[in-house]
Amino acid sequence: MTDETLKTTPLNAAHRALGARMVGFGGYDMPVQYEGVLAEHRWTREHAGLFDVSHMGQCRISGADAIAQFERFVPGDYQVLKAGRQKYSLLLNAEGGIIDDLMAGKPDHDGLFVVVNAGNKDEDFAFWSANLAGDAKLTILDDRSLIAIQGPEAAAVMVAHEPVLAEMGFMDTARLMLFGVDCFVSRSGYTGEDGYEISVPNADAERIWNTILEDARVKPIGLGARDSLRLEAGLPLHGHDIDATTSPVEGALTFALSKSRKEAADFNGAERILKELADGPSRVRIALIVKEGAPAREGAEIADMDGNVIGKITSGGPSPTLGRNIAMGYAPPVYAELGTDLKVIVRGKAAAAEVVATPFVAQRYYRKPKA
Amino acid sequence: MKFTKDHEWVSLDGDIATVGISKHAADALGDVVFVEVPEVGKTVSKGDSFAVVESVKAASDVYAPVSGEVIESNDALSGAPETVNADPETGGWFAKIKISDASQLDALLDQAAYDEFLTTL
Repeated sequence: MTDETLKTTPLNAAHRALGARMVGFGGYDMPVQYEGVLAEHRWTREHAGLFDVSHMGQCRISGADAIAQFERFVPGDYQVLKAGRQKYSLLLNAEGGIIDDLMAGKPDHDGLFVVVNAGNKDEDFAFWSANLAGDAKLTILDDRSLIAIQGPEAAAVMVAHEPVLAEMGFMDTARLMLFGVDCFVSRSGYTGEDGYEISVPNADAERIWNTILEDARVKPIGLGARDSLRLEAGLPLHGHDIDATTSPVEGALTFALSKSRKEAADFNGAERILKELADGPSRVRIALIVKEGAPAREGAEIADMDGNVIGKITSGGPSPTLGRNIAMGYAPPVYAELGTDLKVIVRGKAAAAEVVATPFVAQRYYRKPKA
Repeated sequence: MKFTKDHEWVSLDGDIATVGISKHAADALGDVVFVEVPEVGKTVSKGDSFAVVESVKAASDVYAPVSGEVIESNDALSGAPETVNADPETGGWFAKIKISDASQLDALLDQAAYDEFLTTL
C-alpha cells in the first residue's frame, strides 16, 4: 500500500524488492525496517549497514560571496574550513533558534555542498533563496540520491571499490568518480560509527546500492535502526531534540559555535546565544539512563526527586547495545550535572533515571593519524 | 481461540480466559522490548487498555478482549519480552481473566473469520 501523497526516492523499488516495511517519514515513503530493527541495529554496530537517506536535502551554495552569505545564518567558521573538510552546523533564525541542523563542506572549489534534514529541506531552501544576497547562489541537487554506509566494516567494504577512500578521515569530504560516476563523498554519518555518506546521481542510485549490497558484510538498514543508532550516539534529531525554539546553548551544541564567530557576534541570533553562554540558559538538553520500567519516550515528563516536573523527554527508547533504556530531554541546568538522580514519568509511574554523558555508546569515528 | 479486530486473542478454559496478542499483531509491532501486564486482582472491562506492549519505536495499548478479574499475569514477559514475537499465541500470553459470562466471547471472531479479516487490512 503506497500513500499517494508521499514522495519516493529512486531506491523505492529496491526497498520493496528487499521486503522492507515502508512508512511515511519527512514526506517520503521510506523503509522503516527490513529484517527487524534490533537485528539491523546490531548488524550496523558489528559489520556494515547501508541506508537510503535520499529523502534528505542536498544543495550547493556557490558564488564569490557563498561563504560570507552562508555564515550570516550559521555560527560556524566556514572561511577557515579547509578544502576537503566538512563541518556540522546550525541554521539559525533571528532569535537564535535552530531552523535545522546540517553538514556543510568543501568537497571541491565551488563553494559549499550542504546536506539538510528531509522534513526541513523545503523550508531551508526557501530560507536561503530569500536571504542569500550578493554573489551567492543556491542550487538544489534534487537530481541526486544519498546513500550512507556505516559500521566497523564500512571502510573495508568501500575501500575495496575505491582505494582512495582509505585516505579520508572523519569529516573529510571529496568529489570523485565512484562506481563510474561523479559523487560527493564524506566520511561521516549519523550512527556514531565509522562510515561514508555518498551522494550519487539518481539514475545510478539503484545500481550503486545493489553493488554495495553484494558484499556479504553489508545489509540494508531502515529508519527504525537509524533512529536507535543515532540515539545511542547521543546525536539530536531535529524536530524532536532541537527545534526552532531551542538555541545551540540549550541544545548542548556549543561545539558548533566557532570562537571567531562568537567574537565577531555576526550571525543570526548571536545576541541571545552569547547571553546564554555568559549567563546560562534556562534549560539544557540532558541525557538520561532510565534505570527501571518502560522506555521513556518523547513527551514523558522529567521530575526531580521530590516529584516536581522539571522538563520533558524529547526522544528515548531502548538501547540495543547497552540493554538499557536511554533518553534525551530538557531540564534546567541545575539538574544537568552528571550523576544527578531524577525521575521520568511514564504512564503515570515514576521511574528512577540518572543524568549521564553522551554518547551513550562510544563513537568510533576514523581519525587519520597525524602526519 | 477467538480474536478481536484489535488483534487480541482469547482462549477459554472453564471461566478462565487467557489473553494475548495475535501473531499478526506481534509481527506488525516488530521486536518487542517491553511488556507491561495488568496487576493481579484488577477488574477490567472489555475494550479497556489493560496492558502495554513496546517495540523499539513505539508503545502500543493492548485492549481487554473480555470483561472480568485478572487472576494471573505473565510476569515472565518482563524479563523476556521477545517471547511475544517468538511465541505470541501460546507462551506470549499476557494475562488470565476470570469471566462471569462466557457469552461475551460470542461476538469475537473465530480463527477463520479473523484470517478473513486480516485479508481486508
